[in-house]
Amino acid sequence: MKLTTPIIAAGCSVIAGAAFAQTPVLTVYTYDSFASEWGPGPQVEIAFEEICGCDLQFTATGDGAALLSRLRLEGSRTDADIVLGLDTNLTAAAVEAGIMTEHGLTPEGLTLPVTWDDPHFLPFDWGYFAFVHRANMEEVPSSFEALAASQTSIVIQDPRSSTPGLGLLMWVQNAYGDRAGEIWEGLADNVVTVTPGWSEAYGLFLDGEADMVLSYTTSPAYHLIAEEDDGFGAAAFDEGHYMQVEVAGIVATTDVPDLAAQFLDFMLSPAFQEIIPTTNWMYPSALEADALPDGFETLTQPSEALIFSAEDAAAVREDALSLWQNALSQ
Amino acid sequence: MAKRAQPVTALQAAGGTLALLVVLVILGPLVAVLWRAEGLSDLRPADWAAIRFTLIQAALSAVVSCLAAIPVARALARRRFWGRSTFISLLGAPFILPVIVAVMGLLAIFGRSGWINSALNGIGAGNIEIYGLFGVVLAHVFLNLPLATRLLLQGWLAIPSERIRLARSLNFRERDMRRHFEMPLLAATLPGALLVIFLICTTSFAVALILGGGPAATTVELAIYQAFRFDFDLGRAAYLGLVQVAICVAAGLLAWRFARVSQFGGGLDRPAMRWPDDSTRARVTDRAVLVAAGLFLLMPLLAVSAQGVGAITGLPLSTWEAALRSVVLALASTALAVGLALPIALLIAGHAARAGLEGVGLLSIAVSPLVVGTGLFIIVFPIADPVALSLPITGLVNALVALPFLLRALVPAAAAAEASQGRLADALGMRGTARLRHAILPRLRRPLGFGAGLAAAFSMGDLGVIALFSAPGQETLPLEMYRLFGSYRTNDAQGAAVVLMALSLGLFWLFDRGGRVNAAA
Repeated sequence: MKLTTPIIAAGCSVIAGAAFAQTPVLTVYTYDSFASEWGPGPQVEIAFEEICGCDLQFTATGDGAALLSRLRLEGSRTDADIVLGLDTNLTAAAVEAGIMTEHGLTPEGLTLPVTWDDPHFLPFDWGYFAFVHRANMEEVPSSFEALAASQTSIVIQDPRSSTPGLGLLMWVQNAYGDRAGEIWEGLADNVVTVTPGWSEAYGLFLDGEADMVLSYTTSPAYHLIAEEDDGFGAAAFDEGHYMQVEVAGIVATTDVPDLAAQFLDFMLSPAFQEIIPTTNWMYPSALEADALPDGFETLTQPSEALIFSAEDAAAVREDALSLWQNALSQ
Repeated sequence: MAKRAQPVTALQAAGGTLALLVVLVILGPLVAVLWRAEGLSDLRPADWAAIRFTLIQAALSAVVSCLAAIPVARALARRRFWGRSTFISLLGAPFILPVIVAVMGLLAIFGRSGWINSALNGIGAGNIEIYGLFGVVLAHVFLNLPLATRLLLQGWLAIPSERIRLARSLNFRERDMRRHFEMPLLAATLPGALLVIFLICTTSFAVALILGGGPAATTVELAIYQAFRFDFDLGRAAYLGLVQVAICVAAGLLAWRFARVSQFGGGLDRPAMRWPDDSTRARVTDRAVLVAAGLFLLMPLLAVSAQGVGAITGLPLSTWEAALRSVVLALASTALAVGLALPIALLIAGHAARAGLEGVGLLSIAVSPLVVGTGLFIIVFPIADPVALSLPITGLVNALVALPFLLRALVPAAAAAEASQGRLADALGMRGTARLRHAILPRLRRPLGFGAGLAAAFSMGDLGVIALFSAPGQETLPLEMYRLFGSYRTNDAQGAAVVLMALSLGLFWLFDRGGRVNAAA
């Protein structure tokens, strides 16, 4: 009986579509946790529908990488108007595949620690990758080299299946360049294991399988604000911290380009930005620090923000991956 | 025997058509991926390393699981004790656990800060290290020992009690029992069990990577994942999908070469009898084996339950909605799987090229769910909205994945029923539905219940292809659990894991129990 519901629902939406043909639909493809009940999705939908006179619909797929391959699979027949949730390590591939069109906006009030001039994508939030540890940990390493020299155990994610895993790869590559292979060889005996995604790694860390886990400087904020637990910290590394910048852009085949542009504009307004910190647990991309919720001021502030341009990230990935694989396969 | 090969019912005749459909639904998506990729791309050296590792770990896991299952199945067959039936059901639990839950349960026991290492540290002894090939095999044995045990146990239970009575009156010693009963029954059941578990382990991905401790433990499935997700190299994904089919066919041929049909003859379907020569040594060994297996399989479940049970009352409403959706989906999948399996099993059982046909069903566990899911997406997308169809598609794929387990359980029983009752039925002129109802089906009830239970639990616990298609408001319980894990809500996720485990076990128990009503075992 349950199986008939989608068909009935599809039938209803056809009827509804005919009756309210004047209500345009904006389809936003995003990753799972953005659209989930606890993510920003539901609140964003309410806030945008108040001003757009439209129906905002989310379609969720895995993580950022899954999102991109879904779009490439659908090609020009996609229903997507907006893709939201790629990071800068993936955007070059999206542009190269011809999926995106330029947004044509000049964003103001961006609060990223780096300048932004991508013609296809606008950032909606960002964070620093960092190794998260329990606050009572003794001798927290202060660099990759110190970590490699120590007995500290870490869990990381696989760069072949996870966006944070890829971020760590880029972090080491950006900070050490030609010495990246050497750093990975040094880290090999610190790595307890490699997980397919962020959730497994974070779960292993919480269960005490490792001293630290690759996550974000903002992760302790979740424990502090949502769980009222100040028992977590993020290690500050002297090399600086690689950034993950999460972006959205307009899909080339959209049938509602004006509405899509309106959404991107809305995305950088306080109504959207204020939802981000305590739902996505990242830094909003266009909100001053004093507008962040209480607790965010306690987070680790990296000395330097590291990031590759989208083109450089795409260019170094292959080699960085084989260095990583060789060093950790010993 | 071959002269009874002709189909006896319309149901059986339908089996052929259904088998063909199954092949189409499994291989069609692979072809779709290939077509969309416009050709194969070459494999990289790392892919060949992944294929090698996949074969080694799967072969080791299958051999260890089955060898360990022999004493457990023997002990279960020979001993009667209070709570035996519940114990057998519970032992099946690891097989139906979602991967992430199984890994967490195992690590709670064997991990760096698990119970065993904590105890070892307490007495000042060294640590055991789980990460590596050892961990991969340990986890696969944990997940598959229950299935191996049940498949072998079916062999023991298929021995007619008249035979055992005869053995008793002949004063058979343990050695004689081994030669006349156990060796033939193992020859009949072991190749199939090895094959199924080998194939299950070839599509392992998260377990192998996490417990393997790093990229040296890369499996074909991970390479496919990478090809789809990060490289968008459909040609390579399709190539690797074909490698999986080749592995399945090769392994299937090998198992077929060694499989023997059991020849215990007929009986009056009386409950099993106590074995002869029941020495104290045999009794002590059996008990020790059961205690060891029980501890190994149940401790991780206990650990998972202990972590999550407190969070159950605080679970959000959406989790319960997802649970309801999953139960309905599991029941639908099971109905579909049984509807497919019964005619195919009857067809196979009366057929000379039995193993070849059963291989059809095996394809669905050997081929990557990611390839099948993506291929179905490519096929469905131009015709209909795959997101609107996500639940039916997930149900269909789950039913197909459960099919080989049902066939494995049904085919030997159907063949045995045909062998023991066929001549009598022939003599009575029983054909068609009457033959099915009176001669065959009553002997299939136990394996049918077991297989349907597996199918239901499997569909309940498997993340399946829903992750590729999902839309908000259509979450199944496993997906909901992954989302909870992915949103820092570890406690809620652990609570959802306990609910999932309880529902999977409950469904399995219900079907399995149903198949054993009125049976003494």
